Amino acid sequence: MSSEQTDSLAWRVGGPQGSGVDTAARIFAGAAAAGGLHIFGRREYYSNIMGRHSYYDVRVAGRPMTCHSSVVHVLTTFEEETLVRHAISTGEGGAIIHDVESSDVRLDRITFLDERVVKDLTAYLGERDLPPTTAGVLEDARRRGVEVFPVAYDQITETLAGDILFKPRADRALNTIAVAVSCALLGYEPEYLADALKWIFGGRQEIIDLNVKAVELAYGYVKDEFDHGRLLHRMRPVHGTEPMILVGGNEAVAMGKMAAGLTFQTYYPISPATDESVYLEAHATVPLKNGGEGAIVVVQTEDELAAVTMATGAALTGARSATATAGPGLSLMVEGLGWAGMNEVPLVVTAYQRGSPSTGVPTRTEQGDLLFAIHAGHGEFPRLVLASGDVTEAFLDAAQAFNYAERYQTPVIHLLDQTIARTTQTVPPFDVGSIRIERGDVYVPPEGDDVRGPYPRFAVTESGVSTRPLLGQRGGTHWLTGAEHTEAGQVTEDPVIREQQLEKRARKLALAAREIPAEHKLAVYGEPQAAFTIVSWGSNKGAILEALERMSAAGIDARLIQVRLLWPFPREELAPILEAARPLVVVESNHSGQFAQLLCGQTARQCDHLVVKYNGRPMTCGELTRALLDIHRGTAEERIVLRNPYE
Amino acid sequence: MAVKSETRRITAKDYRVDQPIDWCPGCGDFGILSALQQALARLGLEPHRVAIVGGIGCSGKSQYHIGAYGVHTLHGRLLPYATGIKLANPELTVVAVGGDGDGMAIGAGHFVNAGRRNVNMTYILFNNEVYGLTKGQASPTLPLGLQTKSLPEPNAQGRVNSLMLALSAGFTWIGRGYAFNVRQLVGLMQKAIEHPGLAYLDVLQPCPTYNNLHNKDWYAGKDRGDRPRVYALDDEDYDPVIAEGADEETVVAKMGQVIGKAMEWGDRIATGVFLENRNVSTFEERLGSRSPSYHKHAPALRPIADAEGRSLADLSDLFAQTSVTRKPGGEA
Ligand code: SF4
Repeated sequence: MSSEQTDSLAWRVGGPQGSGVDTAARIFAGAAAAGGLHIFGRREYYSNIMGRHSYYDVRVAGRPMTCHSSVVHVLTTFEEETLVRHAISTGEGGAIIHDVESSDVRLDRITFLDERVVKDLTAYLGERDLPPTTAGVLEDARRRGVEVFPVAYDQITETLAGDILFKPRADRALNTIAVAVSCALLGYEPEYLADALKWIFGGRQEIIDLNVKAVELAYGYVKDEFDHGRLLHRMRPVHGTEPMILVGGNEAVAMGKMAAGLTFQTYYPISPATDESVYLEAHATVPLKNGGEGAIVVVQTEDELAAVTMATGAALTGARSATATAGPGLSLMVEGLGWAGMNEVPLVVTAYQRGSPSTGVPTRTEQGDLLFAIHAGHGEFPRLVLASGDVTEAFLDAAQAFNYAERYQTPVIHLLDQTIARTTQTVPPFDVGSIRIERGDVYVPPEGDDVRGPYPRFAVTESGVSTRPLLGQRGGTHWLTGAEHTEAGQVTEDPVIREQQLEKRARKLALAAREIPAEHKLAVYGEPQAAFTIVSWGSNKGAILEALERMSAAGIDARLIQVRLLWPFPREELAPILEAARPLVVVESNHSGQFAQLLCGQTARQCDHLVVKYNGRPMTCGELTRALLDIHRGTAEERIVLRNPYE
Repeated sequence: MAVKSETRRITAKDYRVDQPIDWCPGCGDFGILSALQQALARLGLEPHRVAIVGGIGCSGKSQYHIGAYGVHTLHGRLLPYATGIKLANPELTVVAVGGDGDGMAIGAGHFVNAGRRNVNMTYILFNNEVYGLTKGQASPTLPLGLQTKSLPEPNAQGRVNSLMLALSAGFTWIGRGYAFNVRQLVGLMQKAIEHPGLAYLDVLQPCPTYNNLHNKDWYAGKDRGDRPRVYALDDEDYDPVIAEGADEETVVAKMGQVIGKAMEWGDRIATGVFLENRNVSTFEERLGSRSPSYHKHAPALRPIADAEGRSLADLSDLFAQTSVTRKPGGEA
């Protein structure tokens, strides 16, 4: 675990859920960003509200990054569980900050530490003649060249409380103190922390003052207690950085939908999709460029069946309508998806994948729903499936999904995953100006009062697309039904009409395959002509991009083909560029290699190597690079599983 | 509530469709369909401003015979579809029509949660106590112990009282009609549609093919000297209205009154308006108080792009909130 990028700084903070780990991470990230630094953050947590371990990685550099690092440079802890779980990931030259009180605690006394971790660590420490305690863990870290900084948090908060403040209130500044100790050790100016505090606690002056005071005390403490010059890593502001926003995956999707003119969204609470809908609900009045305001109706429904059907009902009236869910919710939505397909309704379903099947590992990541998304539903109907590779793509795809849905009058599944949902990143402000809203073939009522329906809503056309009257339009009345139907939507079982309607719907998928430009279907990164070819989809993109840089630094030319439109599968575009691929490596986050199967089925090309990870944690460029180098040397197995027991 | 046509007289003919109907002869559905066509016409609604949302089953076919926008949905899901349509375009009059299996079994969760919202629309339940289209299985409204003709054994599951369920869920208009009293039914449907909130109209609908117990003769009391079981609340001193701003005591008393009438069954079966509660805000009002622009531009009608297709959304404030780069001058 020693070969990660060194021009970036990997900072990790952990603690029990509900103890302010998120706030600590936001303060750190905010302070770094205030100094013009780029941020790549990600959060790992249990399906629990209070007490279980969670941690947050914030990676910082003077340039954009695309993934987190499994090697930690600075580990910030308040209690023993974080110390024990992550000390081993702290690399040579790194630092561990911990509470003096946690200096010698037995591993089997730590409430939520899994038995498996206790067992493995005890064995690991035993092999090194160290006791199964935090003292043993810290000694092992020192031997590996990690600097250890015990901090008397209690003493600092006591000083902060002074004579005037109730002590528990001062304790609430603990996360600020821990962040400030990190920053002081890294030689970073405290004024940026003050900026971050103002940004986070916006307007609440009393809290800001208290936390600014906490920062001063922490800096003073570090100056008095430690020779901070001995820490190898430094954090320095960068000047002249272009304006950036610090944004997460759920927010990016929400913003993309707002930009696309979403006016109706439904959801049933489920991790990791809920935050998107909550964000929309919190920003349900959208300022408009013409000076007015527009409302977004967000409805929390009784279940996912209602979520998908309610959103479909809204779409029938012409509203840009969507629902957002995770794998288990998508399972429930399937019947509604089929109805929308049968009735040619432009419906957007945002589906965040998470560790599955069933409840699975609900707060962890996976790409296990690809084949499900492509095939979900009984019978045959067209749908488009897009997958975003990062936060910015999540924004653009969320917007584009509506254009596809309305152009092809059919459901669009926008596939994301826990990794993107829980990524927080600095990016340039999203380019709303690049979005073009295209509403497809919508009926325009003729002048006059005496126009009457029924209208041939499902008229058979060459393209498969028919003119779509919106519920409420004069002259557009027709019927919609899950049953096979005539052009006006009356039920039929006539064999000829059955064929015509089925074929007409199917033609829309062929139309999408023909019309959608290649650059929207796939993207090529690295050396475009390289033989060494990685094909992947979704959030793996980040780790792969950094792995490509490192391969290139090692003198190896390689390229990534990221498939963004998964269905209809871009067979025509992909097959020719894969001809020269040697080796052909598929990278994805599931067990069975779903994309590899799809690729083989669609292009008859088997991959030479399949690199997978399915422990619920996102890939890092370090572990991926090692696998790719093994492949390059010819020493790798066909199937490589990335494993890390300490994530 | 209904938006009336300003321009020409609407008649029931406007709502008829030239399509053969495949219900069994003598089915109560015919009366309900005819009543609905008349009610819509009497309200002067233009067909293109009306959406009939059907469930699955014999009753769910009604919408094919009404010349408005007709949405034949999935089994049990008619209310969420109807809700989405109404919230997205409040100018539409939305009427959901479905059976008792659809609404009280597979769709019961939606029924309850629709009540919590009080969206301004109407739900008409064709209540025949059996699953007609699947050949006569017991539905959730068939009383415990009864054995209609397709059942191999007497019904082993109890009966849900849909009126009381509607009451506890929060429906603000509750009524009951009888499929063979079309005159009364037309009036009830008009009131239900005009009620500003979620209306539930239970219609006793004989299914001559599978419900041999509660048939036309039974409702008419042929077995007890032609004394009809069905009576009208209008003929009694019954006031269903909870006025706006009513005090707690009045509300409790009125609700109790609904329960009393809803629990009658067997010898006396009440029809008419059980409850008209004007004391609860509609979901549309709640949305409007969150975001006043909802009333100005409903989701279906809000402009989202300029003539070139550029987005009208101005996200610059959102970006400013998430902008963390230090500006010269020191502000984050
Ligand atoms: S089965 Fe019953 S409900 Fe269905 S059409 Fe026949 S009589 Fe009517």
